[in-house]
Amino acid sequence: MAFLSYLANGISLGSVYAIIALGYTMVYGIAKMLNFAHGDVIMVGAYIAFCATSYLGLPSIVAILLAMAVCTILGITIEGLAYKPLRAAPSLAVLITAIGVSYFLQNAALLIWGSAPKSFPSLVGIPPLKLFEGQLIITGEAIVTVIACIVIMIGLTLFTGKTRMGKAMRAVSEDKGAAQLMGINVNHTISVTFAIGSALAAIAGVLLCSAYPVLLPTTGSMPGIKAFTAAVFGGIGSIPGAMVGGILLGIIEIFGKAYISTQLADAIVFSVLIIVLLVKPTGLLGKAINEKV
Amino acid sequence: MSKMVPLPTNSIIPERDLDKIPVLETRHLGIDFGGLTAVDEFNLTIGRTEIAGLIGPNGAGKTTVFNLLTKVYQPTRGTILLDGKETSGMSTVQVNQAGIARTFQNIRLFSSLTVEENVKIGLHNQVKYRTVSGLLRLPSYWNQEKIAHERALELLSIFNMEDLAGHRAGSLPYGAQRRLEIVRALATNPSLLLLDEPAAGMNPSETAELMENITKIRDTFQIAIMLIEHDMNLVMGICEGICVLNYGRIIAKGTADEIKRNPVVIEAYLGKKKEG
Amino acid sequence: MSGKLSRASLNGFLNYGLVAAVFLIVQAMRAGGHVSNSLNGQLVPICAYICMAVSLNLTVGVLGELSLGHAGFMGVGAFSGVVAAVSLTNVVPSAGLRLLAAILVGGILAGIAGFLVGVPVLRLRGDYLAIVTLAFGEIIKNIVNCLYVGVDSSGLHIGMTNSNALGLAEGGKVIMNGPMGATGVPKLSTFFAGFLLVLFTLAVVQNLVQSRAGRAIMAIRDNRIAAESVGISITRYKLTAFITSAILAGMAGALFAMNYSTVVAKKFDFNTSILVLVFVVLGGMGNIRGSIIAATVLTILPELLRAFSDYRMLVYAIVLILVMLTTNNPQFRGLVARLLPHRREGDSDGSGKEVGSHE
Repeated sequence: MAFLSYLANGISLGSVYAIIALGYTMVYGIAKMLNFAHGDVIMVGAYIAFCATSYLGLPSIVAILLAMAVCTILGITIEGLAYKPLRAAPSLAVLITAIGVSYFLQNAALLIWGSAPKSFPSLVGIPPLKLFEGQLIITGEAIVTVIACIVIMIGLTLFTGKTRMGKAMRAVSEDKGAAQLMGINVNHTISVTFAIGSALAAIAGVLLCSAYPVLLPTTGSMPGIKAFTAAVFGGIGSIPGAMVGGILLGIIEIFGKAYISTQLADAIVFSVLIIVLLVKPTGLLGKAINEKV
Repeated sequence: MSKMVPLPTNSIIPERDLDKIPVLETRHLGIDFGGLTAVDEFNLTIGRTEIAGLIGPNGAGKTTVFNLLTKVYQPTRGTILLDGKETSGMSTVQVNQAGIARTFQNIRLFSSLTVEENVKIGLHNQVKYRTVSGLLRLPSYWNQEKIAHERALELLSIFNMEDLAGHRAGSLPYGAQRRLEIVRALATNPSLLLLDEPAAGMNPSETAELMENITKIRDTFQIAIMLIEHDMNLVMGICEGICVLNYGRIIAKGTADEIKRNPVVIEAYLGKKKEG
Repeated sequence: MSGKLSRASLNGFLNYGLVAAVFLIVQAMRAGGHVSNSLNGQLVPICAYICMAVSLNLTVGVLGELSLGHAGFMGVGAFSGVVAAVSLTNVVPSAGLRLLAAILVGGILAGIAGFLVGVPVLRLRGDYLAIVTLAFGEIIKNIVNCLYVGVDSSGLHIGMTNSNALGLAEGGKVIMNGPMGATGVPKLSTFFAGFLLVLFTLAVVQNLVQSRAGRAIMAIRDNRIAAESVGISITRYKLTAFITSAILAGMAGALFAMNYSTVVAKKFDFNTSILVLVFVVLGGMGNIRGSIIAATVLTILPELLRAFSDYRMLVYAIVLILVMLTTNNPQFRGLVARLLPHRREGDSDGSGKEVGSHE
């Protein structure tokens, strides 16, 4: 029974990673940049939801929508101010800028909300599911997280496959120049991608803090790095890859903690990543890139 | 132009090279990309000091042949004999050490480094000392660096490029970049030099000079040269044996005159695209 | 090349001169009591960060591979150096020699770690190499946090559970205490030792770059396929650069650790790797002097910004973003060029070479 319980926890944590990883992967696919500030957008989303419920007394759903709205605007602003001017710059310059944005968000949060941890109230109103006469308890947060992850995954797949904007995104990620010649507004498409990624980050922030209720300005960093790892693990740029990578990473982390060592859990996660990349250098579902000579 | 003699493999090499082991011989060479045959039944023999031409319409598979010979791609089938020895299982690096050097259609210089450094990198396996000697600046470092410097200038003098030695390779004009690629390839001391469209982007006077220089390189270094080129003046002017590729297969082999008269070639190639 | 100095070697000598001059000036100022306490405490860390930046520049600027785990090697060097120094307390009485031994042990172990990471991962390219080095840094931090090392008359004891389980004999000393890090570290590092290590690091990197191996490494950066075509073994020279870089980082780590009485793994986490990467990028890819200056200025800067207290890291972040925008955006660059009319074209390009990009 313990095994099933760990599995449930792993899938739930993995679903959060998957939602964050989706944001990473979409931005990477389209802008070919590692957006290191993504983890900090999660933190901002969580703080907004926290303020909305604890200070303003708004209902959960309004708080979540508000967090999504703020993060969407934040994402578009960051992209427009910091990344857009660097569209033609070396990838390392963009990476350093993203790190600068990450520092900025963390320190701005520190100034606004202080360094004392906030106790995040769960925004999930669903009672835990008791199975096998109460031997296996699955929390409401876990259920909502997994459902949210599945809905988002299906939604994104339909969006990129069926809609005009989704098709534009795929075109831009294949070949920016050709997409532009086809009349696609590349800058607009990239903005929309950041908007979607950031809105997802807000959801992930709320779900993450509902399950692990300590909120700090650095709350987003580690999940951000792990989700980035998950995106690479599954094959960066691939939507199903991010999903698979995220969930596997969550399961490995929880099982590692339970069966091997609590302290070494992160080391185990990262070791598995290294091994996967060695066996399959572009991740589980990634495409191989061939260089033309 | 020396007389050409057909070989059992239906190849032609210059008479003067007949008593020597051919520098290159391919047998049934071919490669598939995901079920699509890019090159098939490529059988060719090149003499020790021959200048050979590989021509054909765009997309015929010419560069793919170079990539097969240099093991950028591993062949799906067939064998490559370099100096009579098989190269199967060799990597690009090993093939170069065994004697094949090349240039690239889309110039691939070490563009942030100087012209001299580019040539010295070509001399990597010719002028050697241990990494530790370099770190500690032992006498062998100074000796070998001096030799490398002199050899680099000597090689650059083939194209009168000594004065450019200190320039950044990426800042050179197009034609000079193509010439530098040839010098860098020569620096690796090859027995077979593969030139991928050496005259691309050159004006007629530059091309004429290049033709002279290619012949000069062959005469001075006594090596074989195989070139891919669309400039028919160049190909017909200096190539002793010409091989025509279309849809990945050889459709004709022979001297310039034979190729010019070959009806299959005219139909596939010259008929549509008359150059020179 | 006798008689005529190449521009590269001239640049190299300028770097030695610059470092030596700054060292002498600071020493004179210290003798005159003109150096504040807080800056005095920063001298050894600045030396260590210069070594870190110069060595990372070898991987990022010269080899052209993005590494996000350089602090991991620093950590390996730091903790193995501390263990070596403490274990040798009774064997080697001279503090200087013990520091030297610690730095050597730190370098060797970091080099081994570099080899273990490098062999499998250097066939990965671009962002994938970056993520694996990041993962490596996190693994090192994690392992150090669970590592207990003690020494007694019978030798070293290593465990992963707690310090009591080490079974130390009477008079034994716990060197590394899990999450508490290394405690009771002997403060062996001096500014002079730091200065010497900076010179050593400079010599290694500059001599390497100007040698046959260095040219091979830069050839791989500029064009991997062309490098292979002229017979350069990619793996061999990537490893040479990567391991050299790791060894130097390990040495810097040992120097750094021996400046504090307590060292924790968190000092060598992802943020430190990023910090050093920022030094390299702002100093200019492959530009050794730039790395030295950036490491120095950016280590002192947060101290100078103390007046802004709470806002200093925010200011730091904004400065970082603005510098990247001004050096890499054509419009911004045009603006700067107009303001500084005498600046030479091409020199403003802080990160001229694209790194970690797919061709």
